Amino acid sequence: MSHRLASGGRLDRTRRLRFTFDGRSYVGHAGDTLASALMANGVRLVGRSFKYHRPRGILTAGPDEPSALVELRAGARREANMPMPVVELFDGLEAQSQNRWPSLAFDILSVNSLLSRFLPAGFYYKTFMWPAAFWEKVYEPLIRRSAGLGWAAKEADPDHYETRHAHCDVLVAGSGAAGLAAARIAAEAGARVILCEQDFELGGGLLLDPALEDWRAATVAALARQSEVTLLPRTTVFGYYDSNVLGAVERVADHLAEPPEHQPRQRYWTIRAREVVLATGAHERLIAFPGNDRPGVVLAGAALSYLRRFAVAPGKRAVVFTNNDEAYDTALALREAGVEIAAIADVRPAAVRADEARRAGIDVRSGSVVTGVGGGRDVERVTVARRNGADGESLAADLLCVSGGHSPAIELASQSRTPLDWSDAIAGFVPGQPVQRQRSAGAARGIFGVAEAASDGATAGRAAVAALGLGKTEAIALPPAVARAGTPSEPFWEVKASGKAFVDLQHDVTTEDIRLAHREGYAHIEHAKRYTTHAMATDQGKTGGLVGAAVLAEARGESIAAVGMPTYRPYASPVSFGVIAGHAVGKNFAPVRRTALHAWHVRHGARFMEAGMWMRPAYYPQPGEEKDAWLSVLREARAVRRAVGICDVSTLGKIDVQGKDAGVFLDRLYTNTFSTLPIGRARYGLMLREDGIVFDDGTTSRLADDHFFMTTTTANAARVLEHMEYHAQTVWPELDVQFCAVTDHWASMSAAGPKARLALAKAVQGLDLANAAFPFMAVGDAQVAGCPVRVFRISFSGELAYEVATPAGFAEPVWEAIMAAGAEHGITPYGVEALGLLRIEKGHVAGAELGGHTTARDLGLERMLKKNGDYVGRVLAGRPGLVAPERPRLVGLRPVDPKARLRAGSHLVAAVGDGQSLGWVTSAMPSVELDCWIGLGMLSGGEAWHDKRLFAAFPLYDEYVEVAVTHPHHVDHENARVRA
Amino acid sequence: MHRIDCPWCGVRDEIEFAYRGDATVKRPEAGAGVDAFYAYVYERGNPRGWHIEWWHHAAGCRQWIKVLRHTLTHEIRATAKAGDTVTAPKP
Repeated sequence: MSHRLASGGRLDRTRRLRFTFDGRSYVGHAGDTLASALMANGVRLVGRSFKYHRPRGILTAGPDEPSALVELRAGARREANMPMPVVELFDGLEAQSQNRWPSLAFDILSVNSLLSRFLPAGFYYKTFMWPAAFWEKVYEPLIRRSAGLGWAAKEADPDHYETRHAHCDVLVAGSGAAGLAAARIAAEAGARVILCEQDFELGGGLLLDPALEDWRAATVAALARQSEVTLLPRTTVFGYYDSNVLGAVERVADHLAEPPEHQPRQRYWTIRAREVVLATGAHERLIAFPGNDRPGVVLAGAALSYLRRFAVAPGKRAVVFTNNDEAYDTALALREAGVEIAAIADVRPAAVRADEARRAGIDVRSGSVVTGVGGGRDVERVTVARRNGADGESLAADLLCVSGGHSPAIELASQSRTPLDWSDAIAGFVPGQPVQRQRSAGAARGIFGVAEAASDGATAGRAAVAALGLGKTEAIALPPAVARAGTPSEPFWEVKASGKAFVDLQHDVTTEDIRLAHREGYAHIEHAKRYTTHAMATDQGKTGGLVGAAVLAEARGESIAAVGMPTYRPYASPVSFGVIAGHAVGKNFAPVRRTALHAWHVRHGARFMEAGMWMRPAYYPQPGEEKDAWLSVLREARAVRRAVGICDVSTLGKIDVQGKDAGVFLDRLYTNTFSTLPIGRARYGLMLREDGIVFDDGTTSRLADDHFFMTTTTANAARVLEHMEYHAQTVWPELDVQFCAVTDHWASMSAAGPKARLALAKAVQGLDLANAAFPFMAVGDAQVAGCPVRVFRISFSGELAYEVATPAGFAEPVWEAIMAAGAEHGITPYGVEALGLLRIEKGHVAGAELGGHTTARDLGLERMLKKNGDYVGRVLAGRPGLVAPERPRLVGLRPVDPKARLRAGSHLVAAVGDGQSLGWVTSAMPSVELDCWIGLGMLSGGEAWHDKRLFAAFPLYDEYVEVAVTHPHHVDHENARVRA
Repeated sequence: MHRIDCPWCGVRDEIEFAYRGDATVKRPEAGAGVDAFYAYVYERGNPRGWHIEWWHHAAGCRQWIKVLRHTLTHEIRATAKAGDTVTAPKP
């Protein structure tokens, strides 16, 4: 049964496109949408509704569509909830109906319709009050099966998505008469213009009238000739943000089976516009009456689109139900296409167009409404009656065209914070005084009619040009005005008759649900929306949002203007997660930082771990160690304790600080003093936040009177720099100090172990490393393999150690030279795991202890708080709560049973089963020196517990390990090794 | 998304900046006592209206700048260098 008209439409009838819907094959043409092609093939039932599984058809011809949603494509490209009227037909398209089981025609769960009195508004909220077990076991599984829309693909998306940034003088959203005229005016004045149109053809309503084709084509061609104009069809502007920044999605390859090679599927545009013209048109409104959701009910404007643009007759015999003149155009066009008009039900008592239609032989019933729809699954009969319900007559018809008037598409204007004004003339909200640099034009502000909209668009274009200061504008050709006598539309929202009358077809919200929400106290429009889920679905209530507000207004006994609309927020139309993510997926999710020695680590088999964005070697497995990482970690750590190891420490933050007041500045940042530090010496420094909590630590060296070299922890490098910039620029701008992050400029490596001096002495030229000449904390310049290096005698491991820093480009030759020099001493590269083990043995604090909750005193570092002079955090560190003696203090921990394992995160308790936590284990590792697990912890009472016993409780494993409390320095308590 | 007119770089996207907060608080003198520092660190107005605030051009010139922003409408009316004075309009 073909509904395709013999001629007309904007189709390429020479191109036949094959597609399937629910496994059945159909044919359409280039220029069709999935909706128009299915309609042409006589398919009317296309889905089941969300809650009641009612049969649903195609209501609209655009992105307003609430009902005709499908799953598109298969496999990894399957996409749910695609509105059929915006799905451009392509050869091989596969579509599946949604929310039906086992089949669309026979849906078992449509019994929900019979049980619907148990699924009222607020159903979800109410069920949450039932016993939890009932909900989890019975209701949730049932609801999950019965309610919902389509299913997303479970496989990874094979396509890629692009992000694009653009600037323009004028952004025009919408390419109907208003949008085209505005764009043309702006373009002729020399403005850089971007014109976005959600449809695949430019023209909006112009596409429905062959008489306007010349003007449309000429205007589009004139725009296309301008080099500063970007025309973006298939592009939906979805968001209007601050500072005239707008978001749009261009569906680059949605109209193809799959994207061409090297093309994205979709493109996310961030557009910064100096001026904006919103020519987004209007949404035709439904009318709430029983059965207004039945397949065969089509909005009148949509029916005109199917006739004129797609050459499809949506039915054979039609009833038109309207409160306005525009629907008469549909009636006349239907008749012209051979569709019989059973009757026009016009709610208005009289209208000029009604008289004209009667004279043309059409049965117009003024002052009448549709009170019901009959038929099995779709429209077979339509009942028309007087507004008071009298004289009801059931008319045979398979098509019911409905028009409740037109609401300007104000979503974007409202997002830009434009207030909404109520217009009695169109019974709808229109944009008020703009707040940002934008203006609405044409139907988007209630100016209906092609000539009127074009003229309004031209005015908006001129206003944008004037705001830009671009000078005078050229006159452009506009479509001629058509004078026509008319009758104002009459606000009309609902036919009160028996049966379900829907205000939101996608979420199955009825007029009765809105009234129930009102009765139950959800009378604010925002509350009613959430309680009933009205206007919340993918279509955002574009067809029925205002109808719901009108029903609520009546229940409240107030005007719709007083009730208002719920806040409009992005996204105005659904946007895929893929395009939001863009290229930031998988390995491109975040940048990766690699040290200058990364390639060496890779060549030597390092296993890497992430430290922030850095990739750091965790350990270097050797033959025989592949199955047990501990073997590598312990071997590396032993090498440091017994001979010499070398570790890439380039990731530590490095900041070069210079200036006459550099020392004073560091005195104010650190708790200890740096202005007294001799040139050629390093000092360990502790930094607090202004609230008195420990912020960061590291060593800072003095290279010259006015030149310091500072290091931070890897994790805090960026935060410390920001902290310094804040204080230098805003708190003490009078200080003469400049600094710069040089983390990436220097590669640094730590050679540590009793044989570190022996190993390095062979590699280092120009510096005497003898203990007397270069003691602990000395700093000096030298060369290694002919490369310049800076040598720091500092130690994190607790062994004799030297940190060798070199400009990043020399990293490998320097490292290789040290490796070669240390070979005879068994020099061993060690990774972050061994580094962690060594620092726990030594009792040095790191991230686990510097977690933003510990004070200097908590960490046993109170000796580093200078008595004289101001520094960040000094005053608030003295608050009673931060110096309370019961605060947890850093301690060392060792299991009493040498074979027992200690776990970080365990709580310290006095006895097995004791629920009172005295502290916790912050770090734990097996010790290579003590041959048992060791840990650091924070323990209330601190050193008072030394040599006493507690239990480390790990309730997750029901584990209690008896531990002895010790000094945090598990090895070399006297600190002799670093000075050896 | 805001577009912020950095006095050093020109108009840039908000994503380049990091927000800190009230730019009218002053770090007390060293001897001002715990209450003054407590106020400096913790006590903030929560105005419905104009707010002078610190933004850090972290992905740009690394300068801290002052921004006069309306907390209700998000309008940014002025920006200034750290050392310059910004005056909020009368409410």
